[in-house]
Amino acid sequence: MENVKLEIDGRTIEAAEGTTVLKAARSIGIKIPTLCDDERLESYGGCRMCTVEIETKWGRKRLVTSCVYPVEEGLKVQTSTEKVVRIRKMIIELLWPAWQLYAKEYGVTSSRFKTGMTDCSLCGLCLRYCSEVKKANRIYFQGRGIERKPALVEGSELSCRACGECFSLCGSGWIASRC
Amino acid sequence: MSRLEKPADLEKLRDQIVAQRNSKSKWLAVCAGTGCRAYGAETLADSLEEEIEKRGMGETVGVRRTGCHGFCERGPLVVVEPSGLCYLGAQPKNVPAIIDTLSSGDGAIDKLFFQDESGKPISHVDEIPFYKHQKRVVLENNVRIDASSILDYIAVGGYSALAKALSGMTPEDVLNEVKKAKLRGRGGGGFLAGRKWETTRNAHGDPKYVIVNADEGDPGAYMDRSILEGNPHGVLEGLILGAYAIGASEGFIYVRQEYPLARNHAQKALEEAREYGLLGKNILGTAFSFDVKIHRGAGAFVSGESSALMSAIEGHVGEPRPKYIHTSEKGIWGKPSCLNNVETWANVPHIINKGADWFCSMGTEGSKGTKIFSLVGKVTNTGLVEVPMGITLRDIIFKIGGGVPKGKKFKAVQTGGPSGGVIPESLLDLPVDFDELTKVGSMMGSGGMIVMDENTCMVDTARYYTNFLAHESCGKCVPCREGVRQMLIILNRITSGEGKEGDLELLEELSEFMEAASLCALGQSAPFPVKSTLKYFREEYVEHIKDKRCQAGVCSALIAYDIDQEKCEACGACLRNCPVNAVNKSEDKVFTIIQEKCIKCGACFTACPEKFGAVIKVPAYTMQKQPATAALIDNKA
Repeated sequence: MENVKLEIDGRTIEAAEGTTVLKAARSIGIKIPTLCDDERLESYGGCRMCTVEIETKWGRKRLVTSCVYPVEEGLKVQTSTEKVVRIRKMIIELLWPAWQLYAKEYGVTSSRFKTGMTDCSLCGLCLRYCSEVKKANRIYFQGRGIERKPALVEGSELSCRACGECFSLCGSGWIASRC
Repeated sequence: MSRLEKPADLEKLRDQIVAQRNSKSKWLAVCAGTGCRAYGAETLADSLEEEIEKRGMGETVGVRRTGCHGFCERGPLVVVEPSGLCYLGAQPKNVPAIIDTLSSGDGAIDKLFFQDESGKPISHVDEIPFYKHQKRVVLENNVRIDASSILDYIAVGGYSALAKALSGMTPEDVLNEVKKAKLRGRGGGGFLAGRKWETTRNAHGDPKYVIVNADEGDPGAYMDRSILEGNPHGVLEGLILGAYAIGASEGFIYVRQEYPLARNHAQKALEEAREYGLLGKNILGTAFSFDVKIHRGAGAFVSGESSALMSAIEGHVGEPRPKYIHTSEKGIWGKPSCLNNVETWANVPHIINKGADWFCSMGTEGSKGTKIFSLVGKVTNTGLVEVPMGITLRDIIFKIGGGVPKGKKFKAVQTGGPSGGVIPESLLDLPVDFDELTKVGSMMGSGGMIVMDENTCMVDTARYYTNFLAHESCGKCVPCREGVRQMLIILNRITSGEGKEGDLELLEELSEFMEAASLCALGQSAPFPVKSTLKYFREEYVEHIKDKRCQAGVCSALIAYDIDQEKCEACGACLRNCPVNAVNKSEDKVFTIIQEKCIKCGACFTACPEKFGAVIKVPAYTMQKQPATAALIDNKA
């Protein structure tokens, strides 16, 4: 793999081709907030918290999710522009009150929406861990759209309790409370 | 039946079939598309065959069950070849008369012909306004062939483009022709097909795949369905040509399970094409091999999105993946995969046969060729129309579609499905073109076109589409799932009279956020119905919120039903049809609606004879104060 040169928040770095912008940023200590990311798992791109603004070497500007966007030569990345901050604030509001990890940092103290999301934020960490790392596939998403919700494969409660490895991934304790 | 071993064999076979077909001097093309089948076209075709047999005309007259002719409003349709007479709404009881006219040559049946405004019958199919202003390229063969017979397709020139390509064109030639034609994807995005093909062709990876996207899911849209049902070989030939140009060895037709006829016809087409050596190993005796499988979709709107569709083909849940690397480079199982919509593929044989210059002679600077629309909603001539790009919306809706029925006023047209937007009357002279429609906040989409009249509430329309998306979004990413959830809550609030100040601004903020932050095109375009109705019909929203009034009389929380005593003839239809006994009849036969009991189902409104129009809709607030009929919203004019 060759290295490519890119710029993140004004700092020039070299990163291995194929790595993501998020990983490259972390390697030099730049923090980008994430919800659905876990280094043991494949990038998911679901929560959109890690959205950043990029400009390609051809001058094309756009918003991308850094957890899936691969580094490229000459890329300029800005990790917390006004647009990006607005998006992150809105995500926190929309998941309120289930997920408040960055609420303080982004100055969100309440939500304008009635979300009804009291526990699960549908980040999918538990079920992806169960599938990708444990290869057990005991958790899945039921339904789609606004009816989407996590569910345990019937009869899995005991074996899930015995394993319990995904419990700590869940910010709200949803999964532990179901086993 | 024998395998065709070289391109020239195809021509020989064609000559044989044509000679056979010509042994009959007349053909009755009965539309057996899904719409006409529902009208009883199959029974009609059966009785036509019986009658022909009975009269001993079987040698000279044939019945052909074809795909959709397009004029669905007036089915079942029968077109006589070669005379071009077109019978609308034909029933088995008309069969003897229809057969009579065949032998006598004239004596046509006026009442089965289209009638113009003055009541003059128009007998010839090409003279009917609905067809006259169309330009049929892709749909042309639908009338001419029985979709379940490869021989019919070959008879009308089928597979000649493939033979031409395999006998004298390199894959690059085919690719260049499509690039030169500037063919844009008909599925919605409008991406240049040639460029997509080239990306897949140049991408590393083996095998490469080509895919037909027949996961049509927009409400009211059935273009792709009708093409695949009526002319599956046309799509297949396009796909084979694409595979040849791209260097793909395997293909998929992703067709939704809800389209059984399309799937069956596609399946039959694959089998027959294989038998004739037009598909499979060494196509037409050349070194080129390519085969196709059918993948049945499990009925998810989001699976029409390329990465979701490919996930589904792999056997996973049909959810989009972030695709900063295009599926044309890394698609099914990480291999280069070129996905195009049914209509896009169906255009390819025509381009190869007649050339890119011919194709470019139709359309506008940025959008070449023709486009098929399914024209539905409050329009007189519902059906499938194929028009050259650049035609105005007004021409489609009024010249071809015959305008809005029952003398109602046109309000808006919705194009592009749930991801599209509404276009108001002031923009009706807009040319139909990928870029023009996008500019005004709608989109071409796959070709759904829903006409709305004055009795359509735009807030309710936005609510309808948002509700559709809320249940058809996959739910993977936060902006789309939570964004549509909140939009729906707000819209439900407004339509039920609970709207409040700040709601519109919040809708706009959500729109902007979803467009910028969603994972796939579904989420990025999910706010469009709200955004475009807000753009052109903002006052209607304001009216709902501030005045608690729904001008169109749709939002049931904001209206009440009342009986206009001056018009009421005391027929009692309202009373008989009311499911909750909310109609009161006094001793002197005065009918009134008991508002406390009324559930606003509208049964009385529908039941009241049109000539009376005594049941009326009034704003709900007027009924709380006085039982007057003062503020009339709508009566049946």
